[in-house]
Amino acid sequence: MSRGSGWDRFRRHKAAVASVAVFAALGAACLAAPVLAPYQIDAIDLGNLRAPPSLTHLMGTDDLGRDVFTRMLYGGRISIAIGLLAALVGTGLGALIGATAGFVGRRLDSVLMRFTDVAFAIPTLPLLIVLSGYSEAALISMVTIIGGLSWMATARVVRSEVLTIRAMPYLEAARALGAANVTMIRRHALPNAMGPLIVAATLAVGNAIVIESSLSFLGLGVQPPTPTWGNMLMDSQSTMASKPWLTIFPGAAILLVVLAINFIGDGLRDSFDPRHHGG
Amino acid sequence: MRRYFAGRLLQVVPLLFGISIVVFLVIQAAPGGPEGSLLAAGRFVDPEVIESYRRRLGVDQPIYLQYLNWLGAVVRGDLGHSFATSRPVAEMIVERLPATVELMGTAFLLAAVLAIPLGLLGGLRPQSAIDLAGTGVSFLGIAMPVFWFGLLLQLIFSVKLGWLPVGGTGTVGATSLGDHLLHLVLPGLVLSTRYVAGWSRYFRGSLVGTLRADFVRTARAKGLAERAVVGTHAVRNAMIPLVSIMALNAAELFSGAVITETVFAWPGIGRLFVQAMFARDYPVLMGVLLMGALAVIVFNLVADLLYGFLDPRIRYE
Repeated sequence: MSRGSGWDRFRRHKAAVASVAVFAALGAACLAAPVLAPYQIDAIDLGNLRAPPSLTHLMGTDDLGRDVFTRMLYGGRISIAIGLLAALVGTGLGALIGATAGFVGRRLDSVLMRFTDVAFAIPTLPLLIVLSGYSEAALISMVTIIGGLSWMATARVVRSEVLTIRAMPYLEAARALGAANVTMIRRHALPNAMGPLIVAATLAVGNAIVIESSLSFLGLGVQPPTPTWGNMLMDSQSTMASKPWLTIFPGAAILLVVLAINFIGDGLRDSFDPRHHGG
Repeated sequence: MRRYFAGRLLQVVPLLFGISIVVFLVIQAAPGGPEGSLLAAGRFVDPEVIESYRRRLGVDQPIYLQYLNWLGAVVRGDLGHSFATSRPVAEMIVERLPATVELMGTAFLLAAVLAIPLGLLGGLRPQSAIDLAGTGVSFLGIAMPVFWFGLLLQLIFSVKLGWLPVGGTGTVGATSLGDHLLHLVLPGLVLSTRYVAGWSRYFRGSLVGTLRADFVRTARAKGLAERAVVGTHAVRNAMIPLVSIMALNAAELFSGAVITETVFAWPGIGRLFVQAMFARDYPVLMGVLLMGALAVIVFNLVADLLYGFLDPRIRYE
């Protein structure tokens, strides 16, 4: 399958293309938070506590009179950054472990794969809860913990991809020509494993954002005053019935972004994963 | 087949060994060490618990000896005593199990009832409006943070409409089964969302694949009614992978309901775990993690067995 045909297929996937636009727009808005935000991130308006949405405060204000729209933009930066970085860490680790296991083979392969089995068997969410309970719960520790516990599926996929490719004649030719293992992984195996890898990484972004919000719900996510969509949701729990805007905006933002990411992932899978066939 | 499973069972032993090492190290990594939290300011812990824990961990011993002692106790079924209640951890877990099983059972039932028709409608007419709607619903189910969905449902059905209770397992004083079942509705529904999403997508995909299979073309060619082709031939075959996914998901018994149980104050294992986390009750955390991993291994085997049982073409060598 040539590279071009995959992107052509992706372009015909309307939901996925629309999702790219949505995600790009939201991402750009959050990135431009210092320019777009009407208020300072922690500016307190004591005369306007928990004000409903209005022209002065587009999404209302929170318990401390801070502008919700401003905090949504800044919170989005952290939430999306956690999603992207955790996906990068998880997929990168998975690719590294999978490729090493597949290429080096023998002893190392079985050691790494048994380790993967162990990591797979221990329930992820409880482990996340324990580890984030230990940590400072800042951006870096969230990324490390979430990424560090989400590499296993990628490792298995990449390993089996590498094993398939390794058996192919053109790699034998490359080996005969004296290519080193590292070169073969980089030049031959990874490009072939790219389809499933991109799909897994995309879905991992959404997953990490949802996990951060779940941890926030338990008080273990990124700690206030740094806003994330997750901890904004947590803060709004007790006033959900009387001040619905405090919970609807961050909840809807998570929903929208994760939904968009999943549609993108689905479109990518249909376009690039040769083993997967949509309807 | 028997040999295959005997082999699989043998593989479980080193796997459990590896799991026990990771769990032990995770808890050792606790700030101040696992026994550090016992001595945390101002809390009363039965001195006997501290003493038994220190004895078991042998805090003064090298770490590998501490591990071996602990492992020895675990193998004999002794998961230790809770720091918070001084009770045996195994007993605490067993006590919470029925509530979680009940909640998971409800969620599974709801999920099956919703996911199978959803997947069926989509799989029979891929890319139709109803298929796209089904895809949308299941993506929504995946994208929605569980606790937020739970809180929204509480807001609508408990606070605004007053139809269903906010949480707990029963109204104080009420003992009727009806009252208890009402308390199951919202948490069951929230917990089922993820499974509805996953299963309906999975069943849809499996059905699309099956409908393209040669045996389905043969069934059509020999003049079977479409109803029989789909109902007896395609659907039943397409269900096989779905059943094994269900078995795999059943392993989440010890971990999947953490958030839901917390939102709805449901006294199951997930809630026990979260409470233990905040109390830094490490023996309980270790116990639940170990049991959770054991469940994953057991249900993996069950899924394989079911697969081989339902699909006679599969021969385990």
